[in-house]
Amino acid sequence: MIDLYWLPKIEQWRERLRRLGEAGGDAWDEAVMLAASRLDPVQTNALDTMLRRVLAGPPKSRPDKPVRLALLGSSTLAHLHPAIRVAGLRRRLWVETYESDYGQYWQELADPESPLHRFKPNAILLALDAHHLAAGISAASSATEIKAALSETGERVRSCWRLAREAFRCPVIHQLALPVHPPLIGNNEHRLSGSRAGFIAALNAELRGMADAEGVDVLALDARAARDGIGAWHNRELWHRAKQEVTPAAAPMYGELVMRLVAAHRGRSYKALVLDLDNTIWGGVVGDDGVEGLVLGQGSPLGEAFADFQHYARELSRRGVILAVVSKNDEKNALEPFERHPEMVLKRDDIASFVANWNDKPSNLRAIADELNIGIDALVFVDDNPFERELVRRELPMVAVPEVSDDPTNYAQTLADAGYFEAVAITDEDRARSAQYQGNRRRDQLKASVTDLGAYLRSLEMQLLWRRFDRVGLNRTVQLINKTNQFNLTTRRYTEADVLSVMQDNSAFGVQLRLVDRFGDNGIIAIVIGRLAEKEDVLLDTWLMSCRVLGRQVEPTTLNLAAALAKDLGARRLIGEYIPTAKNGMVKDHYAKLGFSPIDGDTGEAARYGLDLVDFTPRDTFIEVREERIDD
Amino acid sequence: MTEPEIYQALSTIFQDVFLRDDLVLTPALSAKEVDDWDSFKQIEIIIAVEEHFGIKFRTRDMDSLNNVGDLVHLIASKS
Repeated sequence: MIDLYWLPKIEQWRERLRRLGEAGGDAWDEAVMLAASRLDPVQTNALDTMLRRVLAGPPKSRPDKPVRLALLGSSTLAHLHPAIRVAGLRRRLWVETYESDYGQYWQELADPESPLHRFKPNAILLALDAHHLAAGISAASSATEIKAALSETGERVRSCWRLAREAFRCPVIHQLALPVHPPLIGNNEHRLSGSRAGFIAALNAELRGMADAEGVDVLALDARAARDGIGAWHNRELWHRAKQEVTPAAAPMYGELVMRLVAAHRGRSYKALVLDLDNTIWGGVVGDDGVEGLVLGQGSPLGEAFADFQHYARELSRRGVILAVVSKNDEKNALEPFERHPEMVLKRDDIASFVANWNDKPSNLRAIADELNIGIDALVFVDDNPFERELVRRELPMVAVPEVSDDPTNYAQTLADAGYFEAVAITDEDRARSAQYQGNRRRDQLKASVTDLGAYLRSLEMQLLWRRFDRVGLNRTVQLINKTNQFNLTTRRYTEADVLSVMQDNSAFGVQLRLVDRFGDNGIIAIVIGRLAEKEDVLLDTWLMSCRVLGRQVEPTTLNLAAALAKDLGARRLIGEYIPTAKNGMVKDHYAKLGFSPIDGDTGEAARYGLDLVDFTPRDTFIEVREERIDD
Repeated sequence: MTEPEIYQALSTIFQDVFLRDDLVLTPALSAKEVDDWDSFKQIEIIIAVEEHFGIKFRTRDMDSLNNVGDLVHLIASKS
């Protein structure tokens, strides 16, 4: 059994499950709590059954669109649905699943009248098993035949991806095959072209490259098998008995892996790693033991383990995870190791938000989320102290708190196994993000020393560089559209295909905005899409912005740009919309603040605002606007 | 492990698998008498039993199971 060991065991889980029906309006929240626990396969299935007895659907107040996941497979998958749904529940997502008829995946994709099409999936998982894929491969085959089979199989898979993409315009996930075939010659199996084991390994490698080119994400079961052992994933007895390629014993982990990908597509991965200090990133208590007394770095296995964990955290930050510190310490003591311990891997500049005081940790975590301008549900909190972990779980159930031991040796692997920071694309912005947050810190310091805000903004020497949507920026554009929750007027989510169609539309504009200042490049920080509607109106379909650049006059500067682009389309009026969600309350008065007037009339949940473009005078700001040219 | 101890542990497993706390295990109880006891549930039970008792069943073992009594004897012979 693959254990979800980073999740806590919940007391009285069994009794609480049985009382779920009595929870009334709180049943959903209670079920989410029960899901965020170290569940075995039986508990996972029981929770799924009970939830569906008690609730017919997600509570009305949930802003997240339910996941409709279609599983297209070549062998038995029915035993995996409950674990997928429970992994969704753990992420506060309601999941409906569908499974194609046994082995009918291609036909169902191709036939617009099929039950698959009627199901209207918004995520697709193609799960072709190793036996199916290696059918016909034999040691008797020639190298030429094997090469042809490899390319033919690859093409068959690609045609499924394209059918799925065209029909449903939704994320497509491809499950790589488990290495279930015993080798025929041994260590140098790759030298036997007709080896099934070798064929599956080669096919997985081939599909990885193809998936990148096609914008498909892989579910890397082969990599998990390398981590857990193939026996943890595949039970030959159950393959023969029930054609289950993935054993039900691995179902909870399988559900996790699937839902991590689906959640990442919705921008629901965690964004920041918040670290305790004493006995979490170094050994000892700095306030008591002093900098010299800390266990850290070369010289002891424990010291090396702490340094190793710091290395992992730094690597995470270099690929876009924000680092923060929360410590019960005097700030001066907490900072000292960062300033003068020679074995510290993490430096003060790696930490975007550093909070050391004697307040309780839940309050401090709230302050950190505020300072970083991210949701509190985007924080992962690592602390060796079980008391602090429990307190945070109780006060802030939306914060992820991995169940770590008091041995730092396993901290990095625990974070990796928990999959908090699952990402589907790494953009240049991700790589540069920690540098941006460091730049923010220097800007904030400057802000603290300058009382005149206008003088401060002028001193930043800001430039807003805009480009129409293009292929170079496509990844980042789609990423922003799908993960921006707070500063997002309409929270409309679009796929790559949707963005491409805006590019081709002569009666619409879609622009990406980059903000550069004297501290550096903030990357693409805003997206605006406008469309010509009836009566010479341009409707602002989408306006979203990264919260990193709040309070810097980006909004009125963006309005100037949108107004100019709308006039180019022949518009005389700009229409703005605000569609409230649980997370975008901060932009409720966005249009009113920019001088738009409310438009009367009931338009459902959306509030509409208009701005006359004929008399429009561009707002005065300290930001210079320029069109950015990319030399292809 | 004595047979009563095995019955007790099995009862909890069965109650959780079928979400039925009134389920009472007897040696003669078989899939025919319990709603939802299909081949999937059978596999779920076997996996939970293997995990709980730290044992491993062979293909032949699983084929020879006709009722709860068979399962208890099999567990007793392996643990």
